[in-house]
Amino acid sequence: MRVLLFGRLGDIAGWRERTLDPAPASLAALKAMLAREDLPLAQALDGPGVQAAVDKRIVRGETTLADSAEVAFLPPMSGG
Amino acid sequence: MIRLADAPFDPAAELGRFCAGRTESGAVASFIGIARGEQGQATALELEAYPGFTEAEIARCAEAAAARFSLQDVLIVHRWGRIAPGEPIVLVATASAHRREAFEACDYLMDYLKSRAPFWKKEHGPAGPRWVEPTARDLDDLARWG
Repeated sequence: MRVLLFGRLGDIAGWRERTLDPAPASLAALKAMLAREDLPLAQALDGPGVQAAVDKRIVRGETTLADSAEVAFLPPMSGG
Repeated sequence: MIRLADAPFDPAAELGRFCAGRTESGAVASFIGIARGEQGQATALELEAYPGFTEAEIARCAEAAAARFSLQDVLIVHRWGRIAPGEPIVLVATASAHRREAFEACDYLMDYLKSRAPFWKKEHGPAGPRWVEPTARDLDDLARWG
């Protein structure tokens, strides 16, 4: 599983991309795993406006994850 | 067409190509966003994108705009990476049979890009870098469209 962090989330964690093997089986399990190593990151992931995308599709709520999934955490977006 | 550019682009040349050969478009409206220097307080902007996802999300919005405003065509060129003050960040161009739809679609697309397009913007200045998130004004602008 690839995990990607964007924007300020990458600065908080000190990494922007990681491969996890074995892979957590759900979004909740992934967040719990990250929380065990990095509480500030876990708090930021639960912060306002942070969305998750699995295989480049936004997911709302809980979801199971395939071993090959690409999971991205997206803080509030701003272009232009 | 949606394009992400990792180097400076020439909005006039892009717009020239977009307008070429349009015998049935009565109107092309365009907007160019340019990185502000903030009187020396912003030395550079750094835009992060999620390749694949970012283009797909912008394309989805462009399709919605095309349907809502009866557009014939849309062009969006958006920079990512490090952008110096004075460099164009974004070009939006819309083509339609009549001007009102082209103007409104351009406005709509910019409101979307400011608050919903998958980019993360870091402003570098004398006080160090800071992440820029949509302002209350940006969110109010987007809410105008329902």
